[in-house]
Amino acid sequence: MDIIQSIHEQQKRTDLPDFGPGDTVKVHVKVTEGNRERIQVFEGVVLKRNGTGLTETFTVRKISQGVGVERIFPVHSPKIDRIEVVRRGKVRRARLFYLRERFGKAARIKEQR
Amino acid sequence: MPKGLFGTKVGMTQIFDEQGQAIPVTVVQVEPCRVVQKKTSATDGYEAIQVGIGTAKPQRVNKPLKGHFARANVEPARYLREIRIEDSEVMQGLEVGQELRADLFQEGEYVDVTGTSKGKGFAGAIKRWNFHRGPMSHGSMYHRRVGSLGATDPQRVFKGRKLPGRMGGVRRTVQGLQIVKVDPERNLLLIRGSVPGPKGALLEIRETVKAKYKG
Repeated sequence: MDIIQSIHEQQKRTDLPDFGPGDTVKVHVKVTEGNRERIQVFEGVVLKRNGTGLTETFTVRKISQGVGVERIFPVHSPKIDRIEVVRRGKVRRARLFYLRERFGKAARIKEQR
Repeated sequence: MPKGLFGTKVGMTQIFDEQGQAIPVTVVQVEPCRVVQKKTSATDGYEAIQVGIGTAKPQRVNKPLKGHFARANVEPARYLREIRIEDSEVMQGLEVGQELRADLFQEGEYVDVTGTSKGKGFAGAIKRWNFHRGPMSHGSMYHRRVGSLGATDPQRVFKGRKLPGRMGGVRRTVQGLQIVKVDPERNLLLIRGSVPGPKGALLEIRETVKAKYKG
């Protein structure tokens, strides 16, 4: 397996902060329109991190114009410019799917301190 | 036949391209393919090179084979395979003792990959022929069975009826796969998509015959 492992190591990113479920993050995504590239920010709560190694992904949920929107990003994607951790959440599980059924006040997460 | 070489499957993974897209790739370790013999239409009736792939344990090589390798002055190989070279100038230029490496191919080229598919054993009609299953409950008692075998009038089952049986473990070719990356130092090819066989299996990688991918 070490060949595949070494292919992974070449592509892994080390510049990203440590974050997990419950954290509120700002994901700066590179968006290409035609031949122009700009950066779009997607801010929301991390619902889960899925998988390991190069193929690891994370899901971010936000409420946009009253509608819940979830986006899944590969952690090591070169399309991610940077990730900012806005707030560290205190949660008791790894998968926060219960947030999908909650709105407003009920969907709050306590801050970790 | 166009240019080709042999390698073993290492496994699958994904890599990111320039656009940031994750591409599924199969990693193929190109084994050193040394030319052991050149066959010509004058002596053999067709044009081909015989290549030795990998290294064989000394105790696994019998005396006639040892002599065969010694004559070409290459070390005994684990597999001996032939590649037809009628319409490939690159391959015709090869001489006995020379080696084929991953840099035979370039990034972006399209290839066909041949290998022996994974054996699935005695498989039912659902797995083997993509039949639909029956209801699992409500007293159905007709779960994964094959269904009708045909009309009653011929009083027999026609040949070729799709039924359970041995599945996999046969030679299969996947056509039109793109080479995403070539690593000449480690002799690796990264091919987009999946290829037949388990990890460690011998694969034949040839320039594609698909017209739409030809340059």
